[in-house]
Amino acid sequence: MSWAGPEDIFLSTSLASYLDKKLLVLLRDGRKLLGILRSFDQFANAVLEGACERVIVGDLYCDLPLGLYVIRGENVVLIGELDPEREELPAHMTRVSAVEIKRAQKAERDAKDLKGSMRKRMEFLDLD
Amino acid sequence: MLFFSYFKELVGKEVTVELKNDIAIKGILHSVDQYLNIKLENSRVVDQDKYPHMLSVRNCFIRGSVVRYVLLPPDGVDTELLHDATRREARAG
Repeated sequence: MSWAGPEDIFLSTSLASYLDKKLLVLLRDGRKLLGILRSFDQFANAVLEGACERVIVGDLYCDLPLGLYVIRGENVVLIGELDPEREELPAHMTRVSAVEIKRAQKAERDAKDLKGSMRKRMEFLDLD
Repeated sequence: MLFFSYFKELVGKEVTVELKNDIAIKGILHSVDQYLNIKLENSRVVDQDKYPHMLSVRNCFIRGSVVRYVLLPPDGVDTELLHDATRREARAG
């Protein structure tokens, strides 16, 4: 992000307008962080205050508190401004505890691994 | 510089940005910078059910490095102008 010159006064892609707002930050590894933007720079490095990670497994979700975070810009995919007048998540989603969400994550991982190993076992069939 | 200038012309138009993580976001192009970072207004995710966490996001900043495609309205592209600009850049660089 460049500092706006006089001719760019209406065309800044600066994160300045997002300062002190509660934001959703998507990271390259798929994590979703929420927090208040306190600082940023030209690399999209960011400082989030009161950050938490929103873990979503199917219809369950949980916010894991993280505290003060400095995010390296290269990991940032998207920074979204949360509209306070809208629900952050669809109504059918249920909030659960950290223990439960970790259990759900493990179940999802196991199902994925099982799917992968079954596929491997079927490979010899050469169906396609 | 060419694409930066080109995107500056598209400010105010509706575009769909497809990211390398496969999320596609439709919105009005608010601004762009030299790194081709994009700010969208009035944004909504194309496949909303798959990305529930994005439900209340209406304005977003997208880092240029994660963009795969920027899908443009067909009438929003002046191909002649683009051709000329490209030829000029090629001659200069």
